[in-house]
Amino acid sequence: MTTDHAIPAEDLAIDVRDLTVAYREKPVLWDVDLQIPDGVLMAIVGPNGAGKTTFIKSVLGLITPAAGSVLVHGKPYQKNRSQVAYVPQRGSVDWGFPTNVLDVVTMGVYGMIGWFRRPGAAQKAQAIKALAEVGMESFADRQISELSGGQQQRVFLARALVQDADIYLMDEPFQGVDATTERAIVELLRALRERGKTVVVVHHDLQTVPEYFDHVLLLNVRRIAAGPVEDVFTEENLRATYGGRVAFVSALMARKGE
Amino acid sequence: MEILTELFTDYTLRTVALGAALLGISAGALGCFALLRRQSLLGDAISHAALPGIALAFLLTGSKSSLVLILGAGAVGWFGSVLIAALTRRTPITYDTALGILLSVFFGVGLVMLTFIQRMPDANQAGLDSFLFGQAAALMQRDIYVILAIGSVILLLTVAFWKEFKLISFDPDMAETLGLPVRALEHLLTGLFVAAIVIGLQTVGVVLMSALIVAPAAAARQWTNRLGVMVLLAAVFGAVSGVSGAVSSSMAPNLPTGPVIVVVVSMIVAASLLFAPNRGFVFRKIREWKSGRALRVDAVLVDLYTLASQHASSDYPHSEQVLNVMSSMSGTAKRTLHLLKTLELAQPIDDQRWSLTPAGEERARKFIEEHYGGGV
Repeated sequence: MTTDHAIPAEDLAIDVRDLTVAYREKPVLWDVDLQIPDGVLMAIVGPNGAGKTTFIKSVLGLITPAAGSVLVHGKPYQKNRSQVAYVPQRGSVDWGFPTNVLDVVTMGVYGMIGWFRRPGAAQKAQAIKALAEVGMESFADRQISELSGGQQQRVFLARALVQDADIYLMDEPFQGVDATTERAIVELLRALRERGKTVVVVHHDLQTVPEYFDHVLLLNVRRIAAGPVEDVFTEENLRATYGGRVAFVSALMARKGE
Repeated sequence: MEILTELFTDYTLRTVALGAALLGISAGALGCFALLRRQSLLGDAISHAALPGIALAFLLTGSKSSLVLILGAGAVGWFGSVLIAALTRRTPITYDTALGILLSVFFGVGLVMLTFIQRMPDANQAGLDSFLFGQAAALMQRDIYVILAIGSVILLLTVAFWKEFKLISFDPDMAETLGLPVRALEHLLTGLFVAAIVIGLQTVGVVLMSALIVAPAAAARQWTNRLGVMVLLAAVFGAVSGVSGAVSSSMAPNLPTGPVIVVVVSMIVAASLLFAPNRGFVFRKIREWKSGRALRVDAVLVDLYTLASQHASSDYPHSEQVLNVMSSMSGTAKRTLHLLKTLELAQPIDDQRWSLTPAGEERARKFIEEHYGGGV
């Protein structure tokens, strides 16, 4: 179905082999292979409980898999981790934490400045620049507790931008944001792709997949299909991914055909 | 006043105050991280778990030197925190249950050991029970050196690993993806936490030590939205409560230190919850009342403006009755109209009718633009 096995390992942004994750003996991911070429904008879709977040977290080493390996540009993730930036789900942190927007974005450079050092003017400038990219530069001094959902999401994106990575893994960046923010995020994703970055996004809205992304992974514990959207985003594959909810898939495809 | 003079002249009192200030600073600062990491109760569990450690250290060495007792308390307190983590991770027991079990079991064992020690024929044992509720007056010069040394290390390491501690408290997953050794940093932070607790046990007592950890942090959180300021404030609150508790209990015979500290720190917490700007209860009520008033003012202004716009001139007067009908929200517009007059936004034409001033017209127009995009 896909031809990506032919690509040499160094040209793959991420090369996942045989990834298997289990919680208390219940498999959450089963033997997943995925080759993500450089410079693509990939969506990961699948029903609730399909293991989308688990997949991203295991690639990042936040979850220890029962089996499998993850290569980033041909080397183990641990060796190339600075090439990967992570945008977690917005709800994963406490937004009542006593700090401001600039400080949160500056956390993105903590990995580069080393022990016992504080971020200085150069790092602050980087953070401001990243904030400008997401249209939030006027919010630098704002308390994070005063942000709307869409603003929180943009702060997280800016924090990933200052990491200056090649690969961005984002967990549901469109979750609960308004239409303006959604457009701004899509613009940003495209700008990243134009700069040659690889972006992988856990996504919930099947309707917008063909519009926003060029690659897609259909996941439901196992890998159902993966590859360019026009090849693998088919009714057959969606049915295989979402199981019994046939009516909803048919309606989606009908709309896609219009 | 007399106390203040004695604080600077009386040697014992000065020693006690210095020790209490130091442990208040360490406890307050570390308490902030515990609070933000939602581990406030862990302090209570660790301080109770430390009691058998004190007893064990005494039984093994026969020494009552504070360094020996602190080491015993620290080792067992640390073991307690490891046990809580292991119970939570490896059994179906939840975090709060693990805390509850560990706290009571260790404290119970500690009390049994303490009773056993008190029945020993050796006369040397008296005094260990002051670890229950704390006895600042018993602090000696060399105890202060121990507190000073450990307290300085705690503060130094907190400053050194500031950005790492902040990051693992806010977003540990992010810290992990940056390549930080999150597990090791968490152990270090817990270790500092245990250290901050055990240096206070002799002064404050195992039963109430957690108050000096949690309460200053909770109070400090009310006053600021910056982690650095919060930690500094908590340190100050901790020092103030520590010193006032220690000094007043040394002045009055048989007054245990821990309870006095708790009374002082509760007053700081109560004042902070009530009067802190932004987050304080009083401030929030005033703000609600003000914004409610502003809303009423704008509502009546817009009503006047809408009425006037149906006539040729904008200062066309209208009667109170009409405005009463329009402002269904506030019921009566009379009070608001008088407020408008004070603010020079509207003026009475006679005793029944009102019209907008130019300033009022301007504000109404702006409000409509902002909230209705130009049209009402």
